[in-house]
Amino acid sequence: MATTALSSPAASGAAAAPEGAMVGGDRKWALRWAYFFLCLFAAFALMPPLYMLITGLKKSSEISAATNPWWVYHPTLGNFVELLTSRAFQIFFLNSSIVAVLVVAITMAISIPAAFALSRMKFWGSGILATGVFLTYLIPETLLFIPLFKMFATFRDWTGIELINRWYVLLLLYPTLTVPFATWIMIGYFASIPRELDEAALIDGASWTQTLTKIFVPVALPGIIAATIFAFTVAWAQFLYPLAFTTSEDQLVLSVGIATTLIRADVFNWGQIMAGALLGAAPPLIIYAFLMDYYIAGLTAGATKG
Amino acid sequence: MANIAVRDRAAFATTSRPRGSAREFFRQKSTVAFFFTLPLILLIAILVIYPAFYSVYLAMLSKRMDRFVGWSNFTFLFTRETFWMVVKQSCIFAITAVIFKAIIGFIVAHLVHAIPNEGQRKWRGMLLVPWVIPPALSTLAWLWLFDPSYSAFNYVIVALGGDPIPWTGHALWARFSVILVNIWIGAPFFMIMYLAALKSVPAELYEVAAIDGATWLQKLWYITLPMMRNIIAITTLFSLIVTFANFDIVRILTAGGPIDQTHVFATWAFKLGIEGGDIPLGASISLFMVPILTVAAIFILRDINKRGERI
Repeated sequence: MATTALSSPAASGAAAAPEGAMVGGDRKWALRWAYFFLCLFAAFALMPPLYMLITGLKKSSEISAATNPWWVYHPTLGNFVELLTSRAFQIFFLNSSIVAVLVVAITMAISIPAAFALSRMKFWGSGILATGVFLTYLIPETLLFIPLFKMFATFRDWTGIELINRWYVLLLLYPTLTVPFATWIMIGYFASIPRELDEAALIDGASWTQTLTKIFVPVALPGIIAATIFAFTVAWAQFLYPLAFTTSEDQLVLSVGIATTLIRADVFNWGQIMAGALLGAAPPLIIYAFLMDYYIAGLTAGATKG
Repeated sequence: MANIAVRDRAAFATTSRPRGSAREFFRQKSTVAFFFTLPLILLIAILVIYPAFYSVYLAMLSKRMDRFVGWSNFTFLFTRETFWMVVKQSCIFAITAVIFKAIIGFIVAHLVHAIPNEGQRKWRGMLLVPWVIPPALSTLAWLWLFDPSYSAFNYVIVALGGDPIPWTGHALWARFSVILVNIWIGAPFFMIMYLAALKSVPAELYEVAAIDGATWLQKLWYITLPMMRNIIAITTLFSLIVTFANFDIVRILTAGGPIDQTHVFATWAFKLGIEGGDIPLGASISLFMVPILTVAAIFILRDINKRGERI
């Protein structure tokens, strides 16, 4: 068996029937074409981030000299160093990090118990609520930002608590984007856990809370990681809410900070903008590079019911 | 066995204790379920459902929000040429972008699927990068690529002997540019979804079809497409919602210009509602997204339920 398997490639090369050889040749060419087009699409996909890097490595003098834009003649890390040591950029980065981490924590604290209850504890209205969660996920933020803006302004008039133009307003806003999806994919993950597991725990006298924390959370960890990555990415990338709700420079997050403060002047400081954009894109890209499978699992889970 | 019976009896004994004990109340299934879902319900009710209805009310106020004016914000919008332009542009933007994202995603998914398994991870990883970068930041790179005087694309075009293109300066080209960037960001999502769907099609089906002498077109039409139908529908509808409600790309790339020609609902609502300070008008503009979103949502829900039943 092993010998035939070993000898077959040689045989197909030398003494196979002409038809078989032709099919093999066709396959080979089909594969070459596939690689060729994949290279084209990959070049299209990677060109903008690559161009960010190229421009980020340039001094403004080289940019304004209008030399070949696709090449760096005098590479320098000056833009990156300047940004990383600039107080404003540090604040953007810090704000973004705090917001993203806290939003992840809030999202998990809300979604995990809710998903557990919705997938395991059938109660009055649980089916409607699960569908409602999914529908909420389909409501875009562009529909809600104006009424929310007015709501928070009214809230200030009533209570004196200022929420607009404070970074922590984002902690209220982002969960509306992250919680529905996180809950939805976690319902799917929890539903795939065999019922015997939690029934056994309940018979042994565990409370519902213990069943959740001791059994469901460890078993559904891949799903929880996928949801965490999703929540972090959304919180990091969100642009409309911070643009509408925060304006002072010390309250801005990275996405808005780069797009508004660095482009403000007439003379575009493109080397620095691109360096900033690359630094801002780095955290999601790094997470993606290390946890790609979880990332993709979370992405594809959205359209599948568990 | 006996052990369980004893435990059962013990459990029975505890539940039959007089009610009213707080400890017992907090162990009941319905109570626990209520407290587990309460934060979710509160969040959705206060920060999603309430504002959604509140925006209908807001849309019926005067500009200074001191008077109820009924439908006049809407009728005012109907008389404005810009409004109809925004309606048209939103539809062109969403439909064109979604069609191209779906086609490109479909082709690329097939290409990735065609190469040996070991290499797929690497390619998939590279091709998904546009989806991972925050859209606001990647659009900045595009803005710089489209720069009127330093465009890197125009550099190549001029070097090849062509005329420089006004990527964001001319209405038609600006519309093309925002769609192109949207396709760049969104096509990888389709690719990933379709690739997952392709992987779930049993290979035997293709083998049987090959024995029967089916051409690749027949295989595509009679096997691949029917098997992927549901995923294609859900992904397309989902993307239609997201694209129709898009804000980041248009806002950064053209800010609606030149002369409001590339505004979509979201950016125009932002411009009038937040920047222009006319909250009621902004609210009424964004409400025009609701009909299309509702139709898409109904179809998604139908497809998802169908999928759930089949499994």
